[in-house]
Amino acid sequence: MIEQVPLNHALIVTTMMFFIGVYGFLTRKNLITMLISIELMLNAVNLNFVFFDKYLYPGTLEGHFFSLFIIAIAAAEAAVAIAIFINLYRNIRSIDVEEVDKMKY
Amino acid sequence: MSFQYTIWILLLPFIAFVINGLGSGKIPGKISGWIATIAIGISTFLSYRTAFQYFTSSSREQVIAVKTTWLRFNDTLQIDLGILLDPISVMMLVVITTVSLVVFLYSQGYMKNESGYDRYFAFLSLFSFSMLGLVVATNLFQMYMFWELVGISSYLLIGFYYDKPTAVAAAKKAFIVTRFADLGFLIGILMVSFYAGTFDFEVLTRPESLQFSTAATFMGLSTITWALLLIFMGGAGKSAMFPLHIWLPDAMEGPTPVSALIHAATMVVAGVFLVARLFPLYYAYAPTALEVVAFIGAFTTLFAAVIACTQYDIKRVLAFSTMSQIGYMMLALGVSGYEGADGLGYTASLFHLFTHAFFKALLFLGAGAIIHAVHTNDIREMGGLRKHQPITHILFLIACLAIAGIPPFAGFFSKDEILSAVFANHPIYFGIAALVAGLTAFYMFRLYFIVFWGKATKYDQVPHESPAILLIPMILLAIGSTLAGFIPFGQFISSDGLPLASQINWPIAITSVILALTGIGIAWKFYKVESTSPDKVAKSFGTLYTSATKKFYIDELYILITKGIIFRLVAKPLAWFDRNVIDAFMNLLAATTNWISVQIREFQSGQVQKYAIIFISGVLIIVLSYIYVNR
Repeated sequence: MIEQVPLNHALIVTTMMFFIGVYGFLTRKNLITMLISIELMLNAVNLNFVFFDKYLYPGTLEGHFFSLFIIAIAAAEAAVAIAIFINLYRNIRSIDVEEVDKMKY
Repeated sequence: MSFQYTIWILLLPFIAFVINGLGSGKIPGKISGWIATIAIGISTFLSYRTAFQYFTSSSREQVIAVKTTWLRFNDTLQIDLGILLDPISVMMLVVITTVSLVVFLYSQGYMKNESGYDRYFAFLSLFSFSMLGLVVATNLFQMYMFWELVGISSYLLIGFYYDKPTAVAAAKKAFIVTRFADLGFLIGILMVSFYAGTFDFEVLTRPESLQFSTAATFMGLSTITWALLLIFMGGAGKSAMFPLHIWLPDAMEGPTPVSALIHAATMVVAGVFLVARLFPLYYAYAPTALEVVAFIGAFTTLFAAVIACTQYDIKRVLAFSTMSQIGYMMLALGVSGYEGADGLGYTASLFHLFTHAFFKALLFLGAGAIIHAVHTNDIREMGGLRKHQPITHILFLIACLAIAGIPPFAGFFSKDEILSAVFANHPIYFGIAALVAGLTAFYMFRLYFIVFWGKATKYDQVPHESPAILLIPMILLAIGSTLAGFIPFGQFISSDGLPLASQINWPIAITSVILALTGIGIAWKFYKVESTSPDKVAKSFGTLYTSATKKFYIDELYILITKGIIFRLVAKPLAWFDRNVIDAFMNLLAATTNWISVQIREFQSGQVQKYAIIFISGVLIIVLSYIYVNR
């Protein structure tokens, strides 16, 4: 077995992933890319769950189950989001996030 | 004996008002006129029946014919509506319905070609209803309600020609001046009822049953005196007593039959009626207030008579003459006593009210017939009309003789009673009253000679005699003006309810007749034929004459006080304070809110990413500060 990677390193990776996701969510104007950025953030969180489970509570499986739940829900959420995007595109011929501001009324 | 049916005296004109008012435009004019006239005709018949029934019964007790509780606040305070019959209210019923009927008939001819014929009859019916309700009121509050209704009908009828600016201004003036006076009336009512614990006339007219504390005083007069003075203020406003008289001459802008009914015979004597109604109270508790009534009456009668001598508008001369005659009535009430023969002033005042209604309405209707024929109000443009209108001429002459107090016409008897009552109590006032008797004869015959004799003016179209529909009502009134004086009035109406045997006081009667004849003689000399002597006399009076033609500048004084003092010194600073302090504070609040909302409106942009940035920065700030604090 190779030398264990220290927890800190793993957390640095997930943090970077998370904030790349945040950055993408805030800067991209295309709704699909924004959805991908959200997935990135979710995956960073998933990894965090797994790492904490592995390093702090070895032998238990709660963290893994959480990850699985999140993956399942993220899949459902993506399906709904893409359905909305398609309808949106049919209506306004665009999936640019800046053009979608009708909900403020 | 039941007087239940008297309710119909009131209800019939009211029903006519409702039908004509609601059916306005749907009912043809002729029919609406007849609806109103028939309604008032039946009322008149019922009033006569009431009078006959009431006066043939031996007692002169107050009868409550109808009574319902209208507003009930608690066991001790409740306001009734009802019908109170006593000698003066029955007498007023007769006067009002008679003059109303005559005027309604006359209006059918006079207003024939006017637009708004049905509206006119609706308002006229409303007026009759309100005036009848006023005189039969069982309590002060009901009286006040009908008092205001009378005021509003007067307002509507003065402003009948609402496309004429002067008529609108006159209507507003009448309404505002009388409203102002009614403020005093209302305060007076509240004060009296506060001390008496009731509004009912049944109690108020029996002063011995009241327990007024006369101890409370304000500025040297007891509170009850103040209350009665304030009530008199309301009466003075309605009756056009100095200094609240300014609306009456302007009110002549209304149609002439309206002037005859409202501003000569009925509404303007409401003030006299009010004082007469509360006379026992005045006499028992506020002799000072009665002195004020007498003084105002005496002053107004002279003041108005002097102005009447200088006016050229036929209706205004009559308006000032009305003021003068009402001043007479007030004077007689003011000097009257209560018991037995002392109460002559009271009887005389109401007697004069009764006779005056006939001859003054006749004068106005005659003036209406003249105006109808020559299409002007200015007597300088009239003259020689006796040839063109012989019947109107005779009728007008009868009315002039009646008001001048020449026997055997009605005015002679009532004026004689007033003069003897005043003579018995107050020599100075007697001097004024006698002088006014002369002046009255002078200005009435000035009018008569200028209009019917004088030089024959060239008319654009030859004046014609009035049609029968105008003449018949006038003939009825002329009969009244001739015969009303022979009614033994004291037998029916007296201050203490006991019959008062009045006979003609010959020395005074002869004096007054001589004075009247002198007045007529001077008028004859001045105006029967064109002469320069009126101008010379006018010049010799100088300032007095010019100021009398300007009505002694009272209107200007009012303008000065209202515009110059009240508006500029009170209203303007208040308006400034309102605009620049109160409104400004509210505007500041609104502007601040508006400014803030404009500033924060950008937050809700609908841009998901902006929301996300705010959200994330918020989270970061919280997390970082948490870390910083727990370092």
